[in-house]
Amino acid sequence: MSHAPALVLGSVAEGDVLPVLAYPVTATTVVLGALASRDWRPMHHDKDFAVERNGTRDIFLNTPNQAAWFERYVTDWTGPHGRLGRVTFRMKGSVFPGDTMELHGTVEDVGVDDVGCGWVQLAVTLRVGDEEKTTCAMRVAVPVDENDNPWRRRGDQWRP
Amino acid sequence: MSTTVPAEIAARLDVPQYEEEGEFPVERGYVWTTCASVENGNPLFWDDEVAEELTGGPIAPPTMVSVWFRPHHWAPGRTAERLPLQVHFDLKEALGLPEAVMTENTIVFHEPVRPGDRLRTHQVLRSVSDEKATKLGTGRFWVIDVEYRNQHGDLVAVESYTGFGYRRDLP
Repeated sequence: MSHAPALVLGSVAEGDVLPVLAYPVTATTVVLGALASRDWRPMHHDKDFAVERNGTRDIFLNTPNQAAWFERYVTDWTGPHGRLGRVTFRMKGSVFPGDTMELHGTVEDVGVDDVGCGWVQLAVTLRVGDEEKTTCAMRVAVPVDENDNPWRRRGDQWRP
Repeated sequence: MSTTVPAEIAARLDVPQYEEEGEFPVERGYVWTTCASVENGNPLFWDDEVAEELTGGPIAPPTMVSVWFRPHHWAPGRTAERLPLQVHFDLKEALGLPEAVMTENTIVFHEPVRPGDRLRTHQVLRSVSDEKATKLGTGRFWVIDVEYRNQHGDLVAVESYTGFGYRRDLP
């Protein structure tokens, strides 16, 4: 059985807004994310350490797990044909248990590169309330038509 | 505040360090645990039929690339703690900056990572700033690149970290 792309380049336009993902963060979210990414550092599981050494109010989400949240957010939208090319994120503040984090995304650019690969440039933010905690620029390849599959690209046909 | 980078640190700029192979092959248990941690239902990671059709078999989520290099918390015979991103911790020690956070992270993805892959990596210090005062404390920003390749020599990712090492300022 062949799986059709959930999203093709022609259906995306600059200014499109992705559905918001809201998630209530708990201590389990933080600890599970840290251990899933093999991050044993105590500020991600030991509240006393986080408060006394890092000067934060609690344990907080680690960087690799935030990357996993951003990936999930974007591929929820593209479907499995979406292939990440480049991700840049900047942490401005920490995400703690008790926070409800929201991921928001906007399409900033849509185009096809010199080798025919379709690209979408996204601005994604992780917010808690009105505060931007992390901002993320993501470049993701999506099929240019129903028969395209960015995952087939290798070598100089893949220019992330 | 110091406005110069110590010569010992400047000598490390653009020099590949800590060439190493991951302690274990890429494996699906961690893929599923990571997907569970963020409730990622992408069928590429859960449905072998979809993975076969789209990616020629199972792959790991691209953003997991650094996961395969974080050392075990303990290993038999190990006498010193091994730290991931060792260049970062070397800088903290060499510059006398006890605390540190990562402020920016860029990852560029190339060949997909697959279960069973044995990845290799090295780290390169790209820059160290003058001392700066921030709300966290006084310290320096630095940029470290990490390059990852698979057992065939294919480039799988290049990751670039911006860290800030600091001393908490006394009230």
